[in-house]
Amino acid sequence: MPQQAIEVILMRQLASYLAIPIFLVNSAGDLLFYNEPAEALLGHRYEETGEMPLVKWAQIFQPTSEDGFPLPPEALPLVIALQQHRAAHLVFQIRGLDGVHRTIEATAFPLEGQGGRHLGAVAIFWEVPPS
Amino acid sequence: MKVTLWGTRGSLAAPGPETLRYGGNTSCVEVRGEDGTLLVLDAGTGIRCLGETLGPEASRIDLLLTHLHMDHIQGLGFFEPLNRPGQEVHIWGPPSTTLDLRSRLARYLSPPLFPVRLRDLPCRLTLHNVPLGCFEIGGLQIVAALVLHPGPTVGYRITENGASLAYLPDHEPALGVDHFPGEPDWMSGFELAAGVDLLIHDAQYTPAEYLTHVGWGHSALPQAIAFATRAGVRRLVPFHHDPAHADQLLDRLFDEGRIGSKLPFEFIPGREGAIFELGKRQSS
Repeated sequence: MPQQAIEVILMRQLASYLAIPIFLVNSAGDLLFYNEPAEALLGHRYEETGEMPLVKWAQIFQPTSEDGFPLPPEALPLVIALQQHRAAHLVFQIRGLDGVHRTIEATAFPLEGQGGRHLGAVAIFWEVPPS
Repeated sequence: MKVTLWGTRGSLAAPGPETLRYGGNTSCVEVRGEDGTLLVLDAGTGIRCLGETLGPEASRIDLLLTHLHMDHIQGLGFFEPLNRPGQEVHIWGPPSTTLDLRSRLARYLSPPLFPVRLRDLPCRLTLHNVPLGCFEIGGLQIVAALVLHPGPTVGYRITENGASLAYLPDHEPALGVDHFPGEPDWMSGFELAAGVDLLIHDAQYTPAEYLTHVGWGHSALPQAIAFATRAGVRRLVPFHHDPAHADQLLDRLFDEGRIGSKLPFEFIPGREGAIFELGKRQSS
């Protein structure tokens, strides 16, 4: 496997130290990493999930709107950041791999490297407590 | 390909009787291709002595900067070929998102830090952003890639007729890694160094010093050895010696490095004046 870009390596290292959930994908949308705080929300350890393509991770957590309607991949903040190269934010629901439904708030931003290199995207997210 | 070390010290020049053997000049390495192509890697204080050896036969000089920290550019104003009218010089430096290379170099090469302005140099000077990827200068194939060090910093891999050199003088691949070395695809600099005949790599700190300098962009010798081992290099040259490390201390550190584990490569501590012939068997 080719070496990751240095910015991606740094992003993963930073994510592995932070206490907020972070999800990292490459420019093709392939999941590269999510950190331990994200594991608690997604209901699965990264070591068990491993890398996976966009089409899989965008559906595996069964994202739905706050009203319960299924969300297509292109509506997810991370996919918007990846495909439109801009920041995006959304409140939506997922079903973790542990079977638990959670409402989460996610902000995603693109990883743009020097020289116009599009390296991927990052999402930070947190659980919205039940009201 | 012939490789000559003109400056091996890191951070600050450290001349004096206690650094005579390993050298006190900051980073500068000369690379000569078989067709005479001349590359100069970094412009630390060692470049002054290199410049004195370059006559008019050096029709074109390509200076490849890894980054613009002072210890890698301080010799620039004292590089004699820059003062020759008509001398063709190309300076390559890592791109920045804010200022071009000329503006960044001019911060040093202008008053009050230096009496001569970059624009007043009489040579034929061309500045380039280093392409992140492959390019060629003369008969040499070069790969540049960003590596872990504060600010935009590149490492270089230079190849000619199957002989290869990797130059990573300022590099902290162990930063933030729980168990170093980790997987190659997540290791800074790995592709540059993989399988090279000669790796010139940062080994600034002792292990104890590294603990108080995490994030400063440098490696301890055991990390350089671990990196070289994982990359499968043929020879490792520890480089960028700390200015506070006298010859005696470096002797001890390098002896410990050799003894600590069975090294799967030749271990040759970076010493000013050392010459390596790649593609041939001889080195001195």
